[in-house]
Amino acid sequence: MSTATRTDGLPWWATALVLPVFNIALALLISALVILAIGEDPVGALTSMLAGAFGSGTGLGYTLYYATSLIFTGLSVAVAYHAGLFNIGSEGQAYVGGLGVGLVCLALGGWPWWLVLPLTILAGGAFGAAWAAVPGYLQAYRGSHIVITTIMFNFIAAALMAYLMVNVLKAPGQMSPESRGFDDSVTLPMIHDMLGAIGIETANAPLNLSLPLALAACALVWLFIWHTRWGFALRTVGANEHAARYAGMNARRITVVAMALSGALAGLMAINELQGVQHRLLLNFPAGLGFTGIAVALMGRAHPAGIIPAAILFGGLLQGGAELAFDYQSISPELVVVIQGVVILFAGALEHMFRPALARLFTRSAKPVGA
Amino acid sequence: MDGLIWILSLLDSMVRLAAPLFLAALAGFYSERAGVIALDLEGKMLAGAFAAAATAAVTGSAWLGLGAAVIAAMAMSLLHGFASITHRGDQVVSAVAINTIALGLTAVLANAWFGLGGRTPNLEAGARFGEITLPLAETLRPLPLLGPLYAEVISGHNILVYIAAVLAPLSAWIAYRSRFGLRLRAVGENPAAVDTAGISVPALRYQAVLISGFLCGIAGAYLSTAQGAGFQQNMTAGKGYLALAALILGKWRPLPTLAACLLFAFADALQTRLQGVAVPGIGEVPVQLIEALPYVLTVLLLAGFVGRAVPPKAVGTPYVKDR
Repeated sequence: MSTATRTDGLPWWATALVLPVFNIALALLISALVILAIGEDPVGALTSMLAGAFGSGTGLGYTLYYATSLIFTGLSVAVAYHAGLFNIGSEGQAYVGGLGVGLVCLALGGWPWWLVLPLTILAGGAFGAAWAAVPGYLQAYRGSHIVITTIMFNFIAAALMAYLMVNVLKAPGQMSPESRGFDDSVTLPMIHDMLGAIGIETANAPLNLSLPLALAACALVWLFIWHTRWGFALRTVGANEHAARYAGMNARRITVVAMALSGALAGLMAINELQGVQHRLLLNFPAGLGFTGIAVALMGRAHPAGIIPAAILFGGLLQGGAELAFDYQSISPELVVVIQGVVILFAGALEHMFRPALARLFTRSAKPVGA
Repeated sequence: MDGLIWILSLLDSMVRLAAPLFLAALAGFYSERAGVIALDLEGKMLAGAFAAAATAAVTGSAWLGLGAAVIAAMAMSLLHGFASITHRGDQVVSAVAINTIALGLTAVLANAWFGLGGRTPNLEAGARFGEITLPLAETLRPLPLLGPLYAEVISGHNILVYIAAVLAPLSAWIAYRSRFGLRLRAVGENPAAVDTAGISVPALRYQAVLISGFLCGIAGAYLSTAQGAGFQQNMTAGKGYLALAALILGKWRPLPTLAACLLFAFADALQTRLQGVAVPGIGEVPVQLIEALPYVLTVLLLAGFVGRAVPPKAVGTPYVKDR
C-alpha cells in the first residue's frame, strides 16, 4: 500500500493519467483477446459496449446510476487505503448500511424525502460505520488482520441480513424475502423527473438525487484527507505508523476512525440503491458493487478526482456489458468482471512492473545520453 | 436405530463436505507457511472446478478433468507468484485480482463454450468420480456400531476423499519431518535466514504456491466432478475463504486444520438437516446462525478472544534481498 510516496522522478500527471490509461488499455486488450478466443469480433463487441454505456440517454443514465454507487464504494476503499488499511468489506458495510437506510425509510412513511434524506444519511452512515469500526478496532487493539476480518464480516453481514430479511422484515403474505415498499413520499426524486419539471427532457433512467450527494461526498473526502489535521494524521498513519506514533498521534484511534469513515461511505451507497431506485429493502442489493469499489479506488489512485472518472468508467462497463449480452449471445455480461479483475491486477498488484519502466522512459527523455 | 442411521448419515455428509474444504485449506497451508498470502484459494478452486467440468464434459474422463483442473489452478498460482514474489506486489490485491478474474472468466468461457447460461452440461457417471466401496464393507456391516460406521461413513466415498485423507498425515510429515518442510516453514518465518543458508527464497516460494495450486485444482475438481455433476457459475460460493478460516482456526498446522474443516463441515451438514425443524428445548435454530458460525469463530480467534492464532511471521511481506 504505497501511493504518493515514490521518488522515482515521475511527474504527477504521469502517475495520475498515463499509468491509469495504460492500465485500462491493457485490460481492454486482454478482454479483446478473450472475445477473440470465444470466436467473436472484439472491435464490434467493444463498440457495442461503448454504445450501450454512453450512446443513448437511457444508457448514459444507467451508467451514471451505477457510477453513483461506485463513487461511494470507491471512496470507501480509498479512505481506508490512505490509512494503510485494505478494506475488502465495503460490500458487507454497504449491505448493513442498507439496513439503516431501509429502517428509516420504513419508519418515516409519509414524511417528505428532503426531511428523510438527512436521516437516511445518518442511519446508513452509522450502520456502515459500525460494521467497519469493529474490524478496525480488532486490527488496532487486538492485532487481527484487517483483510481477513473484513472478509469474515462480509459473510457475517450476509447471514445477518438474510436472517433479518427472512424472519423479521419480510412483508407479510409475500414469497420473496423483501420488505414492504417504502412510502412514495420518502423516495428520492429521479433526475429525469426533476429536469422534466423545469422543462428539460431527458431519457428515463434510474439516475436519482444520489449523484449530487456522491459528488458532495467526493468534495468532503478531498477536504478531509488533504486539508484537515485529521486527514493529515490519517495519511501519516498510512505512510508510516511508527513515525505517526513518534509524532504523538494516536495511531490506534485513527485506525478505528478511518475504518468507521470508510464504512460510512460504503453505507451511503444504499441510499442510491434503496431510497433512490429499489424503494424497498431486499436480499443482496449491493450485488458486488462493494467489490467493484476496490477496482475503482485502485484505478482512481485513491483520489476523488480519479475516483469519479474511474466510477463512470466501471459504471459504463456494467451498463455496456449488459447491453453487450443482448447483441452478442455468446458473450456474457461477466466479461466486465474479467476486465475488473485485470484492472485490479495491473493497477494494483503489478504496479511495480510498469512503474519503473515508465520512470526509466522519463529519465531517459529528460536527460539525454551524454548531456 | 433410526437415531443411529440419522447420525451416520450426518457424519457421512460431514466427510463429503469436509474433503474439498480440507484440500483447499491444505493448499493455503503450503502457501501461507511459505509467506505468501492465500486469499486466492477461492479463485483457484473456481478455475479448477470449471476446467475439470469442461474437460470432463468434452472428453468424458474425470481423470483428464482432474488434470485440467490442476493445470488451470497452478496457472493461477503462477500469476499470483509472478505478482507477489517476482514483482513484490501487494499480495492481497493480487489475490483479489485472481479471484475476480476467475469469477468472470469461468462464467464467460462456460457461456461461450456450452451456451447454457454459465453452466457446463450435466456429466454422465463415467465423467465423474464415482463412489468406491471399500473392501469388506458389506461383510463387516453386521458388527455392532463399528460395522455400520465403516460401511456408511468411511466406505462409499469417491477417490478424492481418500486422497484428501492421505494428504493430512502426509502434509504433517512433510512440514515437520522433511527437509523441504523445514525450509518451507523457515521461509515463511524468516526468509533472510533461509537466504543466508544459500537457499533461494523465490524458488522456495514458487514451489509452495505451485503445490497450493495443485491442491486447489483437486479441490475444484471435487466440487464439479465428484460432489456435483457439472460446473455452475460461482459454484465455490465462498468455500475458499471458509478454507482459509479453517486454516486460521487450525493455527496453520495440517492436522488441527483438518479438525477445523470437519467442524465446519459438520455445522454445514447439520444446518441442512435443521432447516425448519424445532429442536427440543431450544426451538427452531435459525440456519443463518449456523452459517455465520465459522466466520464468527475465526474473528474471535484472530482477535485472541478464544485462544490465539499467530500467523507465519513473514506472511504477506515480499522478500527484498539486501545488496
